[in-house]
Amino acid sequence: MAEGRKSRSLLFEGAEWTFDDLSRVHDAIEKVARKDLALDLYPNQIEIISSEQMLDAYSSIGMPLMYRHWSFGKHFIQHERAYRRGARGLAYEIVINSNPCISYCLEENTMALQALVIAHAGFGHNHFFKNNELFRQWTDPDGILDYLEYARDFMQRCEERHGRIEVERLLDSAHALMPSSVFRSRRPPPPTPRQAEARQQARRNEAERSAHYLWDRLPASQPASDADQIRQRKRAMHLPEENLLYFIERYSPILQPWQREALAIVRTIGQYFYPQKQTQIMNEGCACFVHYHVMHALHAKGRIDDGAMLEILHNHTEVVRQPDFDDPHFGGLNPYTLGFTMMQDIRRICEAPTEEDRQWFPDFAGSGDWHGVLKDAWANYRDESFILQFLSPEVMRRLRLFALTDDTNAPFYTVSAIHNERGYRQVREALARSRDISLLEPNIQIVDVDLQGDRVLHLCHLQQDGVPLDKRSETMTLEHMRRLWGYPVEMTRS
Amino acid sequence: MVSFVDRRLNPKNKSLGNRRRFLGKVRAHVKRAVDEAVRKRSIADVNDSGAVTVPADSILEPHFQHAAEGGRRERVLPGNRDYQAGDRIRKPRTGGAGSGNRGAPGGEGEDSFAFVLSRDEFLDIFFENLELPDLVKRTLSDQSTARPHRAGISVTGSPGNLNVERTMRNALGRHIALGRPSDKRIGELRARLFELEAVHQPTEEQHEEMHALRLELEALRRRQKRVPYLDPLDVRYSYFEPRPEPNAKAVMFCLMDVSASMGEREKDLAKRFFVLLHLFLERCYERVDLVFIRHTHQASEVDEDTFFHSRETGGTVVSSALDEMARIISERYSPAEWNIYAAQASDGDNYAGDSDTCADILDDTLMRRLQYFAYVEILQEQERSFVTSDGSGTELWRAYLTVAEDWPNFAMKRVAHPSEIYPVFRELFERAESHG
Repeated sequence: MAEGRKSRSLLFEGAEWTFDDLSRVHDAIEKVARKDLALDLYPNQIEIISSEQMLDAYSSIGMPLMYRHWSFGKHFIQHERAYRRGARGLAYEIVINSNPCISYCLEENTMALQALVIAHAGFGHNHFFKNNELFRQWTDPDGILDYLEYARDFMQRCEERHGRIEVERLLDSAHALMPSSVFRSRRPPPPTPRQAEARQQARRNEAERSAHYLWDRLPASQPASDADQIRQRKRAMHLPEENLLYFIERYSPILQPWQREALAIVRTIGQYFYPQKQTQIMNEGCACFVHYHVMHALHAKGRIDDGAMLEILHNHTEVVRQPDFDDPHFGGLNPYTLGFTMMQDIRRICEAPTEEDRQWFPDFAGSGDWHGVLKDAWANYRDESFILQFLSPEVMRRLRLFALTDDTNAPFYTVSAIHNERGYRQVREALARSRDISLLEPNIQIVDVDLQGDRVLHLCHLQQDGVPLDKRSETMTLEHMRRLWGYPVEMTRS
Repeated sequence: MVSFVDRRLNPKNKSLGNRRRFLGKVRAHVKRAVDEAVRKRSIADVNDSGAVTVPADSILEPHFQHAAEGGRRERVLPGNRDYQAGDRIRKPRTGGAGSGNRGAPGGEGEDSFAFVLSRDEFLDIFFENLELPDLVKRTLSDQSTARPHRAGISVTGSPGNLNVERTMRNALGRHIALGRPSDKRIGELRARLFELEAVHQPTEEQHEEMHALRLELEALRRRQKRVPYLDPLDVRYSYFEPRPEPNAKAVMFCLMDVSASMGEREKDLAKRFFVLLHLFLERCYERVDLVFIRHTHQASEVDEDTFFHSRETGGTVVSSALDEMARIISERYSPAEWNIYAAQASDGDNYAGDSDTCADILDDTLMRRLQYFAYVEILQEQERSFVTSDGSGTELWRAYLTVAEDWPNFAMKRVAHPSEIYPVFRELFERAESHG
């Protein structure tokens, strides 16, 4: 009965919010999201936090709990400084890929903003986390909070047992290698806390057993030929290996069992964020598309008044603003803009295609089924492939995209393609490449090490288009790596 | 399905542990900054919080990343106006228009990293040099000298603060106003009833009286129940308000030999000594005046800056400083009104024969008026090793020893290192504790 009356009345009025308002708004949004958009969602857990807690969350890479390390303290100071100076506003929300899906909302948000944020994070991101193939394959939203808790307790126990300095030095080195320590193409075994404990126990046993290693080091019977030997040991260690920490964790001659476990924790957390790096445009695009759709639907039903809607639209346009390349505010392509524009465009192509669209997207132009196309895109693509598949000439024209080539030997930049008939495909490919994580991050692999011999760890940097490594950070990172490995580390280029 | 969680009341400072680790990491730099502050700031301002700058190099978090320059790259940019494919754009002379090194944590490009130490963190590091015992550190950095004071009556409060007198007064008033039957009256009726019930064969009259009594008792009991003995309305609590202690005033005299033999190191040690005494006093007294007296062969009152930073030449006559102090006390700081503390730092040199004069001045006039006199003799590091016995020493030291024997509020100590300053105050501090 109350339902019937309320569906024609406003969900809220004014800027102030209460928890009753929030839950009413959430339910209304949920109805639209499930009925209109048929989203598939984790249960939501919405937490209201203060600005200081938001800074806390920022500094521990957005996770609700984290082991302790000075770098998080440093980041906190940085964020706080920028925030106090007014140089940077706080995000309205942070959302965590977990089950239930936790979103943090800032207490200072107005009611209209809270509604926007709930639709954006609690439904847009939520659906994406649950359905995108990368996230399904690589992350464990059910176990992540437990794992983080285990990680925090483990590090704390290590600090108690081995001293804070020791743990800090280890984490410094591990963090330096963290970005180069993901499995890019194969799925790491999902570690639950219990398994992790068991693995650690096994390691301890192994360590005790291998105290008798002398017996194993008697000269081998028949030395095989050199090339043969190298090939054999490479195969035994699954070389080349792209996950640096994983290799060190398994084969470092000097690490204690607890240190190996700490490295495993660091790389597991790094791996957890790997899908997010690859789906920034899609993730934000999906969230923006959802909040835009839901808010308009609620407004059309008369459940949000014009004032609140204007505020929502104002914030929406702020978020999807794209300054031109020569604008002083330009800071790269805005992933929110690109994602949102492309997804809106997919809907347009489905509903009102032009002749050009029919040529470019023959399989869905005019089909009317934008729900299906979008859900398929959200589920099965990442930024790079999404752009390659769905970026339409219309969007390129609207954003006036052009590709610029920078060759270090030439005294000038060259405009290699623009948004015209001849350039569409080239611009699209260039954009897709610029979002390809395997090209964005240096490709560094462990190629060889002779554990019975000099134990020098040989790395190889596979250069793309002749882009070199930053010399200074390379030297420092190699030093960290040497600390973990215990023996010299050498880098070659190819 | 949704659940809302209000986290705003959760403990704040979740990242305090991280901050501590960060400070630990840059300890050396922070320490240097604190030392700098102790040297630069005036004594009374030393314990304010302060900005610290750390070279960014010490807190870099490196990882493998592409260089900003070199190789062939292609970018896609928005907002094209009139470029055509094949157009060439001259590169700016000094590079830097290339793709920015985004994702470089630690604000690469900035040479230094600045942040602000809180007062507690500042004091922590200051104390660390002085090797204060933990308890002392805590009491020193604790600023709250406020005590709860009675501030009227309130209707809410904790049971411990129940004001019985007021509560009962209210209850009594209510009893009278609402006509609550007193226990005494009921007791009388009941006694009478017992009396009648005890009668073996009551008369008609007695029967009636008993009946009436029973009815009346019943009515009174009911009324008593309706008008309770103590109603929540009656309850009053004493209300306490935290108010700063009405502390007395104190004046602290800083006496220092500024002749050429006192170098930068000696002055720095002396300053730490003065700062520490000031911190002690600040804690005990609401207002602490500082008087700086420097002396060579003659003494004068100066401001703090001159005190620490200007050089004088001349001989050394310590008694001149004591005379000056006595003069200032009699002029401005009546011992009846002020708690007077004195701290003297010197390298022990004195004009021959003057030391006995000093002892006399202290004995006869000064010590009676002072709460405490602390003297530190600043030694060279190498002197530390052969000056071992307290009994021997310079003429001044020996003269002061006789004063210390007579006056328990006279403390003296040889100091060659900041960590040796604190013991001078131990006694003073313990006394202050037992008083407070």
